Amino acid sequence: MKIKEIYNTMAYGPAPESAKIAQEYLDNHKKSFQLFINGDWKKPHSKTYFDSINPSTKEPLAKIAEANEKDVNDAVQAAKKALPAWAGLKAHQRAKYLYAIARQIQKHSRLFAVLESMDNGKPIRETRDIDIPLVARHFYHHAGWATLMESELKDHKEIGVIGQIIPWNFPLLMLAWKIAPAIAMGNTVILKPAEFTSLTALLFAEICQQVGLPKGVVNIITGHGTTGAALVNHKDVQKIAFTGSTEVGKIIRRAIAGSGKKVSLELGGKSPFIVFEDADLDSVVEGVVDAIWFNQGQVCCAGSRLLVQESVAEKLYKKIRARMEKLRIGNALDKSIDMGAVVDNIQLKTISDLVQQGVKEGCQLWQPSWSCPKDGYFYPPTLFTNVSPAATVAREEIFGPVLVAMTFRTHQEAVKLANNTRYGLACSIWTENINLALDIAPQIKAGVAWINCTNVFDAAAGFGGYRESGFGREGGKEGLYEYVKPKIEAEFSTSSVYLANKKLSKTANRPSTIHHIDKTAKMYIGGKQSRPDGGYSMTINNNNGEYIGEVSLGNRKDIRNAVEAAHKNKKWAARSGHARAQVLYYIAENLAYRREEFAHRLVQMTQQSKVDALQEVDLSIERIYYYAAYADKYDGNVHSTVFRNVTLAMPEAIGVMGIVCPNDFPLLGFISTVIPALSMGNNVVVVPSEKYPFSATDFYQILETSDVPAGTVNIITGYQEELTEVLAKHDDVEALWYFGTKEGSKNVELFGTDNMKRTWVNYGKFRNWNEKAQGEGQEFLRHASHIKNIWVPYGA
Amino acid sequence: MAKTKVKKSKTNHKVNHIPRNDGIPFDADLFKGIHINKSAVERRASTLGKRRSVKKQWQAAWLLKAIGFIDLTTLAGDDTPSNVERLCAKAMNPVRPDLLQAMGMDHQNIQTGAVCVYHNMIPHAVKALEGSNLPIAAVSTGFPAGQIPLKEKLKQIELSVAAGAKEIDIVISRKLVHQSNWKALYDEVAACRKACGEAHMKTILATGEISTLTKVAKASWVSMMAGSDFIKTSTGKESVNATIPVSLVMTRAIRDYYELTGYKVGYKPAGGIRTAKDAITYLILIKEELGDEWLNPDLFRFGASSLLSDIERQLEHFVTGRYSASFRHPMA
Repeated sequence: MKIKEIYNTMAYGPAPESAKIAQEYLDNHKKSFQLFINGDWKKPHSKTYFDSINPSTKEPLAKIAEANEKDVNDAVQAAKKALPAWAGLKAHQRAKYLYAIARQIQKHSRLFAVLESMDNGKPIRETRDIDIPLVARHFYHHAGWATLMESELKDHKEIGVIGQIIPWNFPLLMLAWKIAPAIAMGNTVILKPAEFTSLTALLFAEICQQVGLPKGVVNIITGHGTTGAALVNHKDVQKIAFTGSTEVGKIIRRAIAGSGKKVSLELGGKSPFIVFEDADLDSVVEGVVDAIWFNQGQVCCAGSRLLVQESVAEKLYKKIRARMEKLRIGNALDKSIDMGAVVDNIQLKTISDLVQQGVKEGCQLWQPSWSCPKDGYFYPPTLFTNVSPAATVAREEIFGPVLVAMTFRTHQEAVKLANNTRYGLACSIWTENINLALDIAPQIKAGVAWINCTNVFDAAAGFGGYRESGFGREGGKEGLYEYVKPKIEAEFSTSSVYLANKKLSKTANRPSTIHHIDKTAKMYIGGKQSRPDGGYSMTINNNNGEYIGEVSLGNRKDIRNAVEAAHKNKKWAARSGHARAQVLYYIAENLAYRREEFAHRLVQMTQQSKVDALQEVDLSIERIYYYAAYADKYDGNVHSTVFRNVTLAMPEAIGVMGIVCPNDFPLLGFISTVIPALSMGNNVVVVPSEKYPFSATDFYQILETSDVPAGTVNIITGYQEELTEVLAKHDDVEALWYFGTKEGSKNVELFGTDNMKRTWVNYGKFRNWNEKAQGEGQEFLRHASHIKNIWVPYGA
Repeated sequence: MAKTKVKKSKTNHKVNHIPRNDGIPFDADLFKGIHINKSAVERRASTLGKRRSVKKQWQAAWLLKAIGFIDLTTLAGDDTPSNVERLCAKAMNPVRPDLLQAMGMDHQNIQTGAVCVYHNMIPHAVKALEGSNLPIAAVSTGFPAGQIPLKEKLKQIELSVAAGAKEIDIVISRKLVHQSNWKALYDEVAACRKACGEAHMKTILATGEISTLTKVAKASWVSMMAGSDFIKTSTGKESVNATIPVSLVMTRAIRDYYELTGYKVGYKPAGGIRTAKDAITYLILIKEELGDEWLNPDLFRFGASSLLSDIERQLEHFVTGRYSASFRHPMA
């Protein structure tokens, strides 16, 4: 084009980033890549290779090896072999490797960026300015955590061999999010990149070689879903970390249920982007661009549901449409575009099918007047207005550049609409009123809340979801717990350690102390003692097999009623930590007042000595004090992230939790599991010891006299396994703790998968609740809370 | 409102056909709800120049275009007729003819947007620019601080217009912004506009001395309501001059004002714009936020003194493929 012509039109021209070096890199590898196992490149046993395609041009970039079960096994064995030496390295030594990786990535940053854009289709601006710098940042940050592990996590150790499966939307960034914390904490890993985008992971493997990372610490195996499945199901893998679709997340969760493998899942989202009438609307528009047209909308935390206050909706839509008209789309390596190509034809089809569905359902479609290039997999930015919450496009994750807009009238309605989803990954809140912003942020069920910003990330802040967006956090100290386990776990026993059970033979011949309980204990729902729905009772015998009384036999409807009662109670979570502590102290006080009576009941049920029984009551009182103390002290952090903002990492109550108590330790087991959940502000539905339920039923009166709001604690007696299954399958129970059998643990994980419940089970292992190291600790509080990261930029 | 009458502006880039902003009655309701979020604006500002890139002949064309937007400026206590005359000569022939020829732009009448001087230098500039259609802009109203009585300000304007200035760059009383005395600001700017008569008025907000972006936006609105033809960031004498975040706020105010009234108000960032790359970033900003219609000397200017020199070097680099040196280009 002639200069004169451009001078008159002031048009943009092509501004391609050179692909030369990246192309040379591919050519040097003869456009064919092997598996990275035990520090070496291995040809796949499968002998098969698949193409990696450049979505901007549809041209193949390279052949990628397909790992089969045998290859996966090789990689796992390599990681297993490398584990003792790696975990045994001094923290400082591990830190040096992470630091070296970070440096090496920075040195080759442009090659990574160009390769990533070619492989994925995302604009070079994003890989160059966002993805790759964040990758380096992640390794630097976690080099620090490797150093600090000995002091900051001294009660924890590595988990072991970890299988990691990552998606194609941020190939290298997701690799960094997975590998950096894992190896920093002394684990060894097998990572499987997504089949569409393996190249930067393979380049990363070369970096590992360059820095001399010990063989087998990082293994990269490429392939499709079957490769991932082989990794998930491998017996020597101790944890699976997965980022991807909710659908696949559920398959993984079910596959490893009951295996004892740990899991963290970062899944889909349909995140709300909430705009109040006093927001800076021009900035909101740019926020929308960053929310839904960043990476073509292929972002798990994309702000894909625009919720606008009615009073400014039309004005905002007009501004957004004007902005959309100016967006530019094209080859990922063009430095003058806002959007690149979507990753693959399959994804393109999914997007366009869902958009057509939206049109069919009567949503108002708007797309810019310009048309997309034809040579790659391009989809234009799309806005739907006139969308009802029932519309498919408002409910399903589209994972494309499609924004659906709805209006709200009041703040409460905004919150309701925002939470009207199965997901809960992130939210973005736009208002110039700090009071409003900080009022709304805690009300949204999401792991991340961005105030007047969106899609900002940093290694120092945790990221992760609620509900079907998965569980676990990545980044920040909260993310490290996904890659360590408490050292104390090694001491859990395979059989009950309850003294009463052990001493049974000695006490069995003691003169009987039985006297019958003359009334059948009811259940405790919504602050009232209520009869069981089924109208049945179950007989309770003492440890000698002698009849001592009856309790109500709870069924599924009792659980249902209890969960409803728990949800009705908004008071407990709303109380300050201090106020909750006061109630817990009051409970302890009332228990102390009835010390003798509770000890007597323990003796009656378990036939243990009076001394032991009194000790259990006293320990219970002490434990209540412990969690009362923490109620206003297990607080959050202000993370040191790299932007000018305050990043608040706030522990929040999970909501309604199910708690299935240990069968032994009738009182201490009940206290040790219920009180930490209360301390964090949860409402609980408790299934007490099946064998010795009377300590829990006696507790009703203590709850009633200790100012505990109705519905905070609900207690259903009966068969634990049966009631556990109901709780696990209940979609409105957000977390479930289970301290029963191995089989029961499996069921909890299996049945809890549908609503992606946060589960915490013992796999049939027994804690000695008498010992502080096993029976109490911050671990309980961590399992009773979510960390929500709230980003609050400032500046006037 | 008056939207229809300005539609024809696209075809012809020559001066004086875009209807002037006649201003509208003072109405505080139009701007009282403005809230600018600094962090969000800065975020947009930081990526704006990275989302677009112009290379090769596009870059050359854009830089040539940028030259036409420059108010080539000298505002120094030691200005004399000789350096002003040199400045005017440069304004009329900003690029070496051989370079223009090599780019096929030798008959395009490439010259700067205006020359910008103090009042005392107007007669010398008039003489030096004789025969060209290059306008003279004069800074006025007690530039740069504006700390003189309104009566004196108006007098200055009248004198400069009488001396031959076609454009008057006024400074506002920052005091009125700090005190949020918007009506007084409106009256002051409206009085200046009246004093300008046919001369176009650029209103300098001195944004480096305004504490918040929200106030920058409000001051922009008041200045436009009072009939400014341009709103301008800075005198070049404040410690902080034109910035991208401030430019985003001011251009967005211009856009909203246009949508409300149909009047197109021009924008002039001034001070601190020294490199060809800076200039391109500003052009991108204008193109993205206001549209191609604003890429027109009637609606966009740079206040700059050393920018041209860098552009010349970049143009020579484009033509020859060799990095250029400033001594190879005639100085201003």
